[in-house]
Amino acid sequence: MPGSSEAPVVVGRGPGSTGSTGSSGSAGNGVPVGAPVVRAEHLGRRYGDVVALDGVSIEIPAGQLVGLLGPNGAGKTTLLQLLAGLRRPTSGSVEVLGGDPRRPSVRSGLGVTPQDTGLPATLRVSEVIEFVASHFTDPEPTGELLERFGLGGLTGRQTGGLSGGQRRRLVLALAFVGRPRLVLLDEPTTGLDVESRLSLWQAVRDYHAEGGTVLLTSHYLEEIEALAERVVVLGTGHVLADGSLDEVRSRVGLRRVRVTAERLPELPGVRRTSREDDRYELLTSDADALVRALVLDGAPFADLEITNASLEEAFLSLTDPAARAVDDGREGGESR
Amino acid sequence: MSTPVGPVTSAGTAVPAGPVTSAGSERARTVPGWRLALVQARYQFTETVRVPIAVIGTGLFPGLALLFFIVPFPEVANDPLQATGSAVQLSIFAVMSVCLFTFGAGIAEDRALSWDGYLRTLPAGPIPRLFGRVANGLFFSILSLLPLVLIAALLTDASLPASRMVLTLGALIAAALPFLFGGFAIGYWATPKAALAVAQLLLIPLAFAGGLFMPPTVFPAWLGAISRFTPSRAGRELVVTAATGTSEFASVDLGVILVLVGWTALAAVLAVRAYIRDEGRRFS
Repeated sequence: MPGSSEAPVVVGRGPGSTGSTGSSGSAGNGVPVGAPVVRAEHLGRRYGDVVALDGVSIEIPAGQLVGLLGPNGAGKTTLLQLLAGLRRPTSGSVEVLGGDPRRPSVRSGLGVTPQDTGLPATLRVSEVIEFVASHFTDPEPTGELLERFGLGGLTGRQTGGLSGGQRRRLVLALAFVGRPRLVLLDEPTTGLDVESRLSLWQAVRDYHAEGGTVLLTSHYLEEIEALAERVVVLGTGHVLADGSLDEVRSRVGLRRVRVTAERLPELPGVRRTSREDDRYELLTSDADALVRALVLDGAPFADLEITNASLEEAFLSLTDPAARAVDDGREGGESR
Repeated sequence: MSTPVGPVTSAGTAVPAGPVTSAGSERARTVPGWRLALVQARYQFTETVRVPIAVIGTGLFPGLALLFFIVPFPEVANDPLQATGSAVQLSIFAVMSVCLFTFGAGIAEDRALSWDGYLRTLPAGPIPRLFGRVANGLFFSILSLLPLVLIAALLTDASLPASRMVLTLGALIAAALPFLFGGFAIGYWATPKAALAVAQLLLIPLAFAGGLFMPPTVFPAWLGAISRFTPSRAGRELVVTAATGTSEFASVDLGVILVLVGWTALAAVLAVRAYIRDEGRRFS
C-alpha cells in the first residue's frame, strides 16, 4: 500500500485492556462525555529546520491510561510540551480538556511533573507542595498527598537534601496536587529502584481507578505493560502505531532470528532482513510462524538462533519505510 | 471494560468523567492573579534569603566604594553637595546592578531550569511571577542601599532633607526603568552565560560613562559627548538634581528627559518582544 506511508499504522481496534492495569471497573458505566480530554489534529512542531512532530493526530477519551512509546528524538517530549501549553504548535491544532492549553484556566485541570533535577534547592518539601497547591482552587491537602507518596517524614527537608528517589516521589506528587483531570507523566520512573517504582505505579493506578486520565511516556516497555491500556508509538515525529497494549506489544515485541542458509524462501511476518555472506538476520513479530514456514519449505539451513530484539530495534523496524509498507498491507487489510 | 481503543475513536465513547467534573465556570477554577502574585513574591523572597551571601553581596560593593573612594578625601566628603551627589551616584549604580543582574542574569538562569518550565504548566499567567520578581528586585535594591546610606550619613557631610527624600526615591525609580526593562530583555533573550556577560559588559561602561564613578565635569570632551546619550547619565542628572537641586554638578533639561524616556521605551519594547518570543530554552 505504497500511497499510505504517511498514515499511521493502525493495529486494529477493539477492547483495549488487559487485566494488568486493574483499572476502572467504573470505566464502562456509560457516562457520556462530550469532548475528549486530549484532541490533537495534524499537530506539527519544528525547531528551525528540525521537524520534531509531523502531523500527529491523537484523541484520548476521559479515563484512559495511555502509554507513549518511542526512541529518543521521536517527539514524545515535544508532544507533551504542546499538550502542557509550553510551546506553540507550528501547524495543526491541539485541544486539552476542551480548550487551548496555553490558557491558564484550561491548565487548572492538568497535572504535570517537573524534572527532579530542577527543584528549587532551598525550599522545603512542604513549601514546594504548598506553593504549587496555591495555584489551585481545590488542592489536595498537603498532609494527605505527602502520605500517599511516602514523603510523610520529609516535610521539613530542603529539596536539595533529598535522595534521588525522594525527589522523584516529590515531583510525581506535584502532578496530583491540584486534583487534575489529566496527568502528563514524562518518564516518571527512569532511574528509580524497583520498590519506589512499584509504589509510584500504584499511585498512578489509584488515580486512574478514580477515573483520571493519564498520558505516560517511558523508555521501559515493562512500565507501559504494567500501566497502560492503550499504547501510542511515536517515531521521527509520526504516530507509527496506536492500539491496545496487546496489539502494540505484539508489534514491538520483536524476535531476532539468525540462520545460516544458501537462500531463504519467502517467510511470513519478516520486518527486516539483513545478510552477511550466508548468515541471515531477520526481525520478526512471530518467530514461531517463521520457523514453521522455514522448516516446511524444506530448504537446507543451519545454526538457527532466536533472541529477543531490543525495544530500540523494534522502533527502528517500525520507522523503516520498507517494513512499514509491509505492515500497511497486512494490517490495513485487517482493519478495514 | 469497554473503552474502545484506537487513534480516532472518541465521539460518544462511554467513559467516566475525571475526578473533578468540568462543571463550574472558568473563573471559579482559577486562583485570582493578585493572590498568586503575593504567593510568588513570598516564595521568591524565601528562596533568595536562604542564600544569605546573595543578599549581602548586592549591598556590599556600593557601600565599599563610598568607603574607599569618597570617605578618605575631605575635599569631597566634607562638601555637602559633592558628598550627597557621590552617594546618589553610587545608589544609581546599586540599582542598575540589581536590575541587570537579578533580572538579566537571574531570569536567564531561571529560564534554563526545568522548574521554570514546570511553573508555566501551572494555571497562572506570566504576570504574577513577573510581579514577584519586580517586588523582590525593588526590596533588595532598597536593602542594598542601606549600607550606602548609613556610611554616607555617618562618615560624610552628605545630607538628604526629608523634603527631598520622596522626590529622590521617585527619581531613582524613574532612572531604574531603562535598566529594569533592559534586564528583562536580556533575561528573556539570552542564555545564562551570555546574559551574565552582557550584564557585565553593560554595567561598568555605562556606570562609568554615566558619571556614576567620577563626575562628568572631569570627562574629556569626546566622552562627555557620548555620556549625554547614555541612560545612566540621564538617570544621574535626574536623581542628583532631585537630591541636591540644580547646580553646576547636575541639572535636568529636556535632553535628559528625552534620553531617559527614549531608552525606557526602547528597553520596554525589547523586553516585551523577548518575552513573547521566549518558550523556555531554545532546544530540547
